[in-house]
Amino acid sequence: MSESGGKPAERKGAARRKAALDPRLAEYRGVWVFVERDEQGVHPVSWELLGAARALADQLGSEVGAVVAGGAEESLESHCRDAVAYGADRVYQTVHPVLAGYRNEPYAKLLCELVKKHKPEILLLGATSLGRDLASSVATTLETGLTADCTELAIDRESRALAATRPTFGGNLLCTILTLNYRPQMATVRPRVLPQPKKDHGRSGQIQKEEIDLSEEEMVTKLLEFLPHAGGDRLDLSLAEVIVAGGKGLQRAANFSLLEELARALGGEVGATRAAVQAGWVDVQRQIGQTGKTVRPKLYIAAGISGEIQHRVGMEGSDLIVAINTDPNAPIFEVAHYGIVGDALILLPLLTRMVRGQAVATKTSGLEVCSSS
Amino acid sequence: MRGPNIVVCVKQVPDSAQIRVHPVTGTIMRQGVPAVLNPYDLFALEEALQIKDRLGGRIVALCMGPPQAEAALRKALSLGVDDAVLVSDRAFAGSDTLATSFALASAIRQVGQEQPVDLVFTGKQTIDGDTGQVGPGVAKRLGMQLLSYVCRIPILDMDSQSIVVHRWTEKGVQVLKSKLPCLITVLEGTSEGRFASLPEMIRAARQPIRVWNRQAAGIEDLSKIGLKGSPTVVGKVFAPSRRAERAECIEWEQDQAEKAVSLLWEKIRARQPELVEKLSGDNGGENGQERVSE
Repeated sequence: MSESGGKPAERKGAARRKAALDPRLAEYRGVWVFVERDEQGVHPVSWELLGAARALADQLGSEVGAVVAGGAEESLESHCRDAVAYGADRVYQTVHPVLAGYRNEPYAKLLCELVKKHKPEILLLGATSLGRDLASSVATTLETGLTADCTELAIDRESRALAATRPTFGGNLLCTILTLNYRPQMATVRPRVLPQPKKDHGRSGQIQKEEIDLSEEEMVTKLLEFLPHAGGDRLDLSLAEVIVAGGKGLQRAANFSLLEELARALGGEVGATRAAVQAGWVDVQRQIGQTGKTVRPKLYIAAGISGEIQHRVGMEGSDLIVAINTDPNAPIFEVAHYGIVGDALILLPLLTRMVRGQAVATKTSGLEVCSSS
Repeated sequence: MRGPNIVVCVKQVPDSAQIRVHPVTGTIMRQGVPAVLNPYDLFALEEALQIKDRLGGRIVALCMGPPQAEAALRKALSLGVDDAVLVSDRAFAGSDTLATSFALASAIRQVGQEQPVDLVFTGKQTIDGDTGQVGPGVAKRLGMQLLSYVCRIPILDMDSQSIVVHRWTEKGVQVLKSKLPCLITVLEGTSEGRFASLPEMIRAARQPIRVWNRQAAGIEDLSKIGLKGSPTVVGKVFAPSRRAERAECIEWEQDQAEKAVSLLWEKIRARQPELVEKLSGDNGGENGQERVSE
């Protein structure tokens, strides 16, 4: 009675070979990404997915498709061009007033129709509130396999199927899920799990207009209003370039101010472990890990964090990880690049002072820095 | 005017906070891990109970699982749910999210035979599967409007069969107006939750729980449930690999903290020169002022 995360049975090789031979499945070609967008722009997870789709398609010898849809033509054009620059060979562009603002019903209808018409082999979406909502509905309508929150996407050599790896049992183990006898093979990936690909304006791709028959009268659910988040709710930790995070080792809520000061000096944000959030020291918006956000900043400083697997899965993709912990055997030192064994309460203020000194020093010698670049 | 007929889907899950991996074999140590009602489902239950407090009606808790999952339904009963149905059959073993949504949708249709269902509630996801796919899947199977990640229900009007919800997204809240019947997945932290009262706990312990097998749940097509009805298969399960090399640790003596931190900062600068260069721009300069204004 488990969900796809914890199913005990493994299927035998016979089923896999059968999948490779089924002509019904062989019709499906191409790796697609649903491009998640709003009035302000495209969610970066869509570009991250295009990077992964490119690699998968190259391995399969097929095309990368991107689905871009919205209510008005103007903003869509640049997003279609960007999709090509990030790796799409073909962009399926749909404009319809009913598609202004996300709603499940019209978007699920659009994506199902496009899939039925063009038959992609693989369909990827971001594991966001929109992507999860849409992917589940589409997979159910098409009655195909969907694997949520993947951390790695690859092609299984034997079956040519998408091998979608995701954490299971609360992040303690990983499992690889295959969809063998159904197409398309669907997966969602959380923002910042995959690296952002390089944007290549020299790439060429085709933008293909797709019509859809929708009418507002037939839509049961109406979007009355959008209320943007205010203040702390607006924070998107997954986009921060520098994160200074703290855990139980900081001992009390007041000590989080040490993180705030260092984060501010570095122009970054404060993050926290689940334990620190549950202790009420810091807001849940700042939680990093299995049940919180996934981040991959340029610099991640972990202070007083032991480094349980549930936390590590949310930050191990960071470019540079620095750990400060009193326990030399803490698992955080296994993922960190640099470490200091010591009390974060003493070391953090020293580092903050050092960074501030640097800022002033660089500023006064700013001319030199500029001229050399 | 009758009150709404509500179904709340719940799941019994292993308490993932207590799962440990064997340090040598890398396998899950299942023994002694307690089973609990999926914590996210408590918010779905509370939302349903608040509606019942206001408008009356009836709440049925529905759970698919092995016989021992009855405990999750007892918990739901103790909180004030009127009726409980456990959908349990060996034929469901190995179900993925698609097969699970088929079985649950079928059972909800059976509940609807007794009295039409106006609202279905689920948690936003479970803590064991973590997919959040079953609720939306059930909505699609039943042809109900899907309202996911709902954090508030300001209007529910039974006369006009209309509902207004606040749907959480990363950038803000969508205010959506829809029609009954609909399926709502409830965001965590929407309400305080309630404790079971003693009389309710006694009632919960005594009340019979209906157990439906595949046929009772109205499922005839065996190809839609269990392993057969599951498009996904588990290829392999393995422990996350560890990075080969450990962190380069900066050694330091007592009273030499400043030197150690300075050495660390040098290393950060060497690895991320762009970041440090940026400090000379906006952030660095503003820091002093920000501090003063605080």
